[in-house]
Amino acid sequence: MNVRAVLCFVIIICAGTGGEIAVSRAMKEIGEVHDFSPRNLVRVIQRAFRVGWMWFGVGLMALGFFSLLMLLAFENVSFVVPVTALSYAVGAFGGKYLLGERVTAARWMGVLLVCLGVMLVCIG
Amino acid sequence: MSGPARTHVKTWVLLVLMVTFGPLGDIFLGKGMRQLGGSPELRPAQLVHFFVRAFESPLVWLGIASLLAFFIAYLLVLSFADYSYVQPASSFAYAVVALLGYFVLGEVVTPIRWLGILVISLGVFLVSRTPPRTTERA
Repeated sequence: MNVRAVLCFVIIICAGTGGEIAVSRAMKEIGEVHDFSPRNLVRVIQRAFRVGWMWFGVGLMALGFFSLLMLLAFENVSFVVPVTALSYAVGAFGGKYLLGERVTAARWMGVLLVCLGVMLVCIG
Repeated sequence: MSGPARTHVKTWVLLVLMVTFGPLGDIFLGKGMRQLGGSPELRPAQLVHFFVRAFESPLVWLGIASLLAFFIAYLLVLSFADYSYVQPASSFAYAVVALLGYFVLGEVVTPIRWLGILVISLGVFLVSRTPPRTTERA
């Protein structure tokens, strides 16, 4: 793996996870969605974009997206996508410490298995 | 249907949409970007030219549309389920990507990689046995 690929992966993982945590925080601020009608979905998205965290999160996710696009130009999808799952460890810690979620032992074990599986997919 | 049961059904419907549209988007993007051939120089002018060419590809736009559908399902599920539940549960998408890579793009998927997919599925099963929400309602 060359330096360019490593750089792309670092941006995808860090910006992607940071963006998802920020978006998650924004969605929790607007509260649970009960009405799934198109009109209400548009209203929910409009409300979501009035939250600063949403803009921050979408900005970070866009950065991750452009890095993904670049990486896919010279690496296989079945290699790129599993490696990005390294964000699981970052995500679980982020959920626990930034969003105050209670990550149970079973959930940690699941996250660990997912990471292990992703590593196997990667070396395979 | 009771409240928690309804939440579980809602969560799973949205997760299914996520693991369908997410991998489809990756496959479309992968196919579209590979058609461009090679990586650009890391200079602003070359990068701009590279991304302009990327956005001329219909496959890239198809990928973006799929990822947008994924993103909407993702936003909705995050309005009531924990991030640390949604993220690993949606990881089944990695298996779907490998399957699509194998059947659609003709990529080589070795036995170790299939084993990895099995381990991922086990992890997803374990995560799905935990409650979707551990924090209080906003």
